[in-house]
Amino acid sequence: MTGLPISYGIGLAALLFLMGFAGLVIRRNTLFILMCLEIMMNAAGLAFIVAGAQWQAADGNVMFILIITVAAAEAAIGLGLLLQLQKRFRTIDIDAASEMHG
Amino acid sequence: MEFTFFLAGIIALATTLRVITCANPVHALLYLIMSMLALAVDFYALGAAFAATLEVVVYAGAIMVLFLFVVMMLNLNNETVAREKSWMRPQLWTGPSIAAGLLLLAMIWALVTGSPASGRIVGTELSANEVGMALFGPYVVVVELSAFLLLAALAVAAHIGREDRDLAAEGAEHGERVTNHPGDH
Amino acid sequence: MSLLVFTLIFPLLGAISLSLFPRMADGTARTIGAASVGLSALSTAFVALFWFWSGGFPYITTLWQWISVGDFQVDFGLYLDGLSITMMGVITGVGFLIHLFAAWYMVHDLEGKPGMARFFAYMNLFIVAMLLLVLGDNLLLLYLGWEGVGLCSYLLIGYYYETPANAWAAFKAFLITRIGDVFLAIGLFLLYAVFGTLNIQAILHLAPQVWSEGDTLADIAALMLLLGACGKSAQLPLQTWLADAMAGPTPVSALIHAATMVTAGVYLIARTYGIFLLAPGIHELVGIIGAVTLLIAGFAALAQTDIKRAIAYSTMSQIGYMFLALGVGAWHAAIFHLMIHAFFKSLLFLTAGSVIIACHHEQNIFKMGGLRKKLPFDYWMFVIGGAALSALPLVTAGFYSKDAIIWLSLANGHAVLWLFSIIGAFITSVYTFRLIFIVFHGEQKTEAHAGRGLAHHVPLAVLAVLSTFIGALIGQPLAGVLPSGVVEGHPWIELFFEVVSSLVALGGLAVAMALYLGKRDFITKSVAKGRGAEAWQFFHNALGFDALYDRVFVKPYLAVTRAHRRDWIEAVVNVIPGLASALNTGLTVGQTGRVRTYTMVMFAGAAVLLALLMFG
Repeated sequence: MTGLPISYGIGLAALLFLMGFAGLVIRRNTLFILMCLEIMMNAAGLAFIVAGAQWQAADGNVMFILIITVAAAEAAIGLGLLLQLQKRFRTIDIDAASEMHG
Repeated sequence: MEFTFFLAGIIALATTLRVITCANPVHALLYLIMSMLALAVDFYALGAAFAATLEVVVYAGAIMVLFLFVVMMLNLNNETVAREKSWMRPQLWTGPSIAAGLLLLAMIWALVTGSPASGRIVGTELSANEVGMALFGPYVVVVELSAFLLLAALAVAAHIGREDRDLAAEGAEHGERVTNHPGDH
Repeated sequence: MSLLVFTLIFPLLGAISLSLFPRMADGTARTIGAASVGLSALSTAFVALFWFWSGGFPYITTLWQWISVGDFQVDFGLYLDGLSITMMGVITGVGFLIHLFAAWYMVHDLEGKPGMARFFAYMNLFIVAMLLLVLGDNLLLLYLGWEGVGLCSYLLIGYYYETPANAWAAFKAFLITRIGDVFLAIGLFLLYAVFGTLNIQAILHLAPQVWSEGDTLADIAALMLLLGACGKSAQLPLQTWLADAMAGPTPVSALIHAATMVTAGVYLIARTYGIFLLAPGIHELVGIIGAVTLLIAGFAALAQTDIKRAIAYSTMSQIGYMFLALGVGAWHAAIFHLMIHAFFKSLLFLTAGSVIIACHHEQNIFKMGGLRKKLPFDYWMFVIGGAALSALPLVTAGFYSKDAIIWLSLANGHAVLWLFSIIGAFITSVYTFRLIFIVFHGEQKTEAHAGRGLAHHVPLAVLAVLSTFIGALIGQPLAGVLPSGVVEGHPWIELFFEVVSSLVALGGLAVAMALYLGKRDFITKSVAKGRGAEAWQFFHNALGFDALYDRVFVKPYLAVTRAHRRDWIEAVVNVIPGLASALNTGLTVGQTGRVRTYTMVMFAGAAVLLALLMFG
């Protein structure tokens, strides 16, 4: 029996995605948070590619390209924010930027 | 093809685990790049050669290098690593990990109980030609929108990242205030 | 005759421009404020001239249709006849003089603080509302002006709102006059229900055809109008607000609480006299209310220490005379006294304002004393005004107007009311000269700086001239508008009673001289302790009406509300704010500002959605 069941590919994507999520919640360093976001987007991209391969369709790849675009935009803005955070608070601890004291 | 997929997948999982546990940002970045390269291999195994190329060139190549630049600008040192370690106490990460685990269980449950598509992925190659045809055919509006998104991101990044003297002064004041009252946070 | 509209437009423009640019320079604000009323007075003069030339017939101009709902049609119509001309003359003429004086007064009262534009905006708006009140050809338009003057009165009493007491005084005036207004509104509803129109002339025309004399509905309608008039004119039982209304700047007291607004009740009764003629019982009641009020207010004025409060009680008392005149059917005499009273009472108030400024905002008469030498101009102004108020014979205007009322009350067969009015005249004379002797005679107790400038002298001088017999020469074109109420008695009898009332006024002067000129030993000792002190306190509190109302109305009402503070309706109603507040607390807890918490919550939501997709 050749070939790969789709659930394997999606499972890998889910694992990667949840790792990214765990990192996002655990880390306080903004840089790591941004990296975790990249991991999560990558995982989402993997899911699209897997689905595209399952159906032999180009749509999955198109979505992946779209995700790369979003990731690039996000990285540019996120890193800009990171630099501003460093400049204003002298730290990249994301919790230091909490001023609401809810 | 299955073998390649599993091998690269395991590498991707392992390196990603290192990314979220590593204390040194530079090391974490390198692990992240490895994870992406491994994913690129996975894409290739699944037949998406064009996506694999993009993953290597754009993601691992361009975006990660941007991260690396920023890490260099932040001027990190051993002190940072020590502080990073102090932030990773078990009581901080057990809760989120359990939550993530639960969510994973839910997803696996969904995969198992859901009705999976019949047929298997054999990894037929999808040429860049087909992707391009789809991209500039039915998805041309999405391409236009991406262009808008990138332009907006460019403008925002330029705005956020600008050097502003008043802002710098204000930032200094602000920083002082924060350091004076660490108990606030 | 389109000039008639201009009398309204000028002050309206003034009020609008002053409220649109509240930060304009003080000088500009004063100029606009006074000039707009001056132009209005000029227009009134022209209107009056043209009106006399054209024969003096009632004139109606309908500007536009105001309300049109089904059968209910109300025009925005102005009605000009002898009565409205008289009232307009008083409002714009005396109003202009008071505005002119206010331009001097407010500079010294504000002492550079902001608020000049606000003051004149309110004053101009008041003139507009008051003119609407007297010009409206239907009761609804009259009611609009009625409420408008009430609003301006409220705003101006509370003009110095930084002091809580002033705000409370404004509140009190507003609420108590509102009680009267509610009755007036009921009266309007009743009249509309019966006659199907609110046009005053139509109602006066229809009333005798629909109602016979003494009809119950006519009684009720007249009573409602009377209660409305009582609220506005500070007559029993709604009289308690006027003395507290003195919290406003003195020109306000002169314009609103002496010359114009408080006489609106008199105007209302005179305007709707036909209804009162059909309700003889209520008509009688008008006179009784006036008589009782004039005595109560007179006694209260005897024991005041604040110069403005003393004059305020005398205003109440003089309006009592007007009500008495209306009650005995001496319609012309009532309106005549209204006009003369506007002259001498605004003179008294403005002079009091001048004295207060001269003594650096001192209002306690026992801290003034001996100001005759320092403020000779003010002294003579006050003496002229006071003489007119006490109706000293022959030379003063008050003599002609008030004695007409006193004589006509007797001539129309109301001996008891005549007795009240003659006692009132005596008391008036006593308290007026008590005020003059305490403030201007005796030893000097404070520094005083006389007011200077044309804006200070001219209004006082003009009003002083009008308060002498010259003012009494001003005729009023009331023939055909109101029945005259003049009864031809035997000339010798009339002369006899005029001499009697003159002697009473002079007697009051003599008593005041005996008590207050010189050492004042007798009066000081008799009010120092014991029954004298008690009586003094009783009179000082205006016969305890405030305390009475507090006990009869306010306290029980508060007790009822307190009893219901925690009843079940409250509990039911409180569920909604409680829910909102609980929700708010819950949401506030969520707003930690920590990105990671937000992420967790977001994923929890995602998990729930996933679960719903899977099992839903």
